[in-house]
Amino acid sequence: MGLFSARSFSGGVHPSDSKSLTNKKPIEKLPLPSQVIVPLQQHIGAPSKPIVEKGTQVRVGDPLSESAGFVSVPVHATISGTVSKIEKRPHPLGLNSLSVVIDGDGEESWNPDIGYQEDYLELDVKEMLNRIQSAGLAGMGGATFPTHVKLSPPPDKPIDTLILNGVECEPYLTSDHRLMLEEPKKILLGMQIIFKILNAKVGAIGIENNKPDAIEMFRRVISELKLPFKVFPLHVKYPQGAEKQLIKAVADRTVPAGKLPMDVGTVVQNVGTAAAVYDAVAYKRPLIERVVTVTGDGINEPKNVLVRIGTLYSDVFEYCGGLGDDVGKIIMGGPMMGLAQSSVDVPVIKGTSGLLVLNEKESRRRQETTCISCARCIDVCPMGLMPKMLGAFVKHNRFDDAEAYHVLDCIECGSCSYVCPAHINLVHLIRFGKSEVIKKRKKAS
Amino acid sequence: MDKKLFISSSPHIADQESVTKIMYSVTASLVPAGIAAVYFFGLHALWVMLISVASAIIGEALAQKMMKRPITISDGSALLTGLLLAYNVSADVPLWMPAVGSFFAIIVGKQVFGGLGYNPMNPALLGRAFLLASWPTHMTVFSGAVPRGGTVSGIDIMTGATPLNVLKQSKEILSHASEYPIAQVTQAHDAIGKLYDSFGHLFMGQVGGCLGETSVLALLLGAAFLMYKRYIGWKIPFSYIGTVALLSWVFGGTEGLFSGNIIFHLFSGGLILGAFFMATDMVTSPVTFKGRIYFGIGCGIITVVIRLIGGYPEGVSYSILLMNLLTPVLDRWTKPKVFGGNKKS
Repeated sequence: MGLFSARSFSGGVHPSDSKSLTNKKPIEKLPLPSQVIVPLQQHIGAPSKPIVEKGTQVRVGDPLSESAGFVSVPVHATISGTVSKIEKRPHPLGLNSLSVVIDGDGEESWNPDIGYQEDYLELDVKEMLNRIQSAGLAGMGGATFPTHVKLSPPPDKPIDTLILNGVECEPYLTSDHRLMLEEPKKILLGMQIIFKILNAKVGAIGIENNKPDAIEMFRRVISELKLPFKVFPLHVKYPQGAEKQLIKAVADRTVPAGKLPMDVGTVVQNVGTAAAVYDAVAYKRPLIERVVTVTGDGINEPKNVLVRIGTLYSDVFEYCGGLGDDVGKIIMGGPMMGLAQSSVDVPVIKGTSGLLVLNEKESRRRQETTCISCARCIDVCPMGLMPKMLGAFVKHNRFDDAEAYHVLDCIECGSCSYVCPAHINLVHLIRFGKSEVIKKRKKAS
Repeated sequence: MDKKLFISSSPHIADQESVTKIMYSVTASLVPAGIAAVYFFGLHALWVMLISVASAIIGEALAQKMMKRPITISDGSALLTGLLLAYNVSADVPLWMPAVGSFFAIIVGKQVFGGLGYNPMNPALLGRAFLLASWPTHMTVFSGAVPRGGTVSGIDIMTGATPLNVLKQSKEILSHASEYPIAQVTQAHDAIGKLYDSFGHLFMGQVGGCLGETSVLALLLGAAFLMYKRYIGWKIPFSYIGTVALLSWVFGGTEGLFSGNIIFHLFSGGLILGAFFMATDMVTSPVTFKGRIYFGIGCGIITVVIRLIGGYPEGVSYSILLMNLLTPVLDRWTKPKVFGGNKKS
């Protein structure tokens, strides 16, 4: 790769970024909903265990549940009111999931423990991690991995590099961009806390070149706060924001297949998570709201909104001018990796970076034809895989062959399906293949 | 809301490419060469092309109907095969030949294997090979297909008066000069001189040969378009042509090693057509980076071996067909490196 090896990765695609719908719109605060539905599982790991019951009065920030083990985080009340039910409700990930329903009292009564502590940087690392877990922090880029776990690598994996992910490579999404422009200090102070927890030596922020205002803003605030961090402008290409590709571009390190970033001494955090870390450590403020980009042809007034976790899509859409007449798909996340939703009675959760409403024409599946071995999928795969082979193996139930061709290394970025002229949904086939291979491995062990 | 929502796996957007678009674009890029063929060889060339295309499309529709498969002639792949087959015959063939050739190419070369995407060999080249084996005279005597303005070597009435054939036969005469009458030796010497001096003719297309072989300029225009649209890459054509250039230079001359005339060897015969439009056929060529390079080199080696040592004056078709058969092996041997190492994950 030579000249560009430090600022990009091999493979990838260039979808049109469609960000002009919302990238100049400042974040608006969504008015409090009258009811929120807070799922007990909004993270990777064990679902949290409820500690409230029907009738409990709650204030904003009161914990509703407790962690179930190390890889677990609690959830909190995001409006003040009364717990009316604890039952299974629709969840963005598709199945009905145990959730706490809170009927709001129209007030904004907050948990009084929440408040600024001036010497927060003097806290010891254990206490900081404690606050992060108690605040219910999970990765806000979408993967929702519990933050305190990511920031507690085992002692035999020392971390020297912290990279903040301000790339936001998915088309349409602008929540991270707006957050970087409007709350740069919070993000960078959060980064400072994470830097201290990890005892890292190098701090970098990766931002794609299509956000020059954010790059400029961050450089300015870094020098104002005299922080030892550096901004890395990156070549605009999807999926630059994928963890392994980001680490390759910024630090020129390759995470070995099947391993994690900590195996090359690196930790990556989303900018939104960094801001939440600051709130959690300096204010003891739990994760109760997040910025969501509401966009697409199917919504009347695209915006970036600050939403309380648990707010239903219907309330969010209403604030954004309502759904248009031509609605085909509602996607939680971005168009390349997001999840298609089955109704508007689903809540916003910690990982909801965007709500994308596509019209019917854009949503229709295109007729699939035979693979002509054009190899575009192989050319664009950022992980160096052969999607056409993986898809063919899965179609013919040859899961051993799929495993031999490294199907488990697929990051499901969608680049292959994006370019396929035969309109084969390779990601769909690969996902199935991965689940079969994992099932087989579990059975064998 | 009561409206039903679409649900599907991600990604939810895609670029605007399709197999049909690719097929019709490649066909369009071959049109300049077709126009040149009609200019140099007359209207008969046009009938050859039309018959060939029509037979290919009808052949595919019939085959798919008989096999109870969906009829996919609108995807443009049969059209393309028919056109390429026409480019592989000379302008003066009887019209039943491209028809038979196209039927064979589509039915035996493609539909029998399962249709588009399943054929192991380039169907148009397979059709050409079939015609050459069955009716060799028709396929190699070009006496009726003298290009407008006369042939390059000045030798019109001769069995297969294409530059490569004239070169082969003239070299043969010169290397055994004592066994031939003086007049013939002189003519052979002159012919070679004229051929080596003929770049303009070769480039524009004023040469004897098959319909698609002659105008390098027209072919390169089409190829440039395809490369701009990224429907063909640089790996196969450049490794193929590069290998032919190198080997022709070293071994192809009449004055010992390193005396070969590179431009002549590159521009004559079906190399440009083959390297840019036939070897690059997606279905039958490798999908990996290194695989494509090896494929091009292999085609180059076989082409030069046939041209210089083999019985035929031109080796492009056979070299590509043979390398097509190696494509699955090449793909297996040249798997790309997985990000993060090649260990089992």
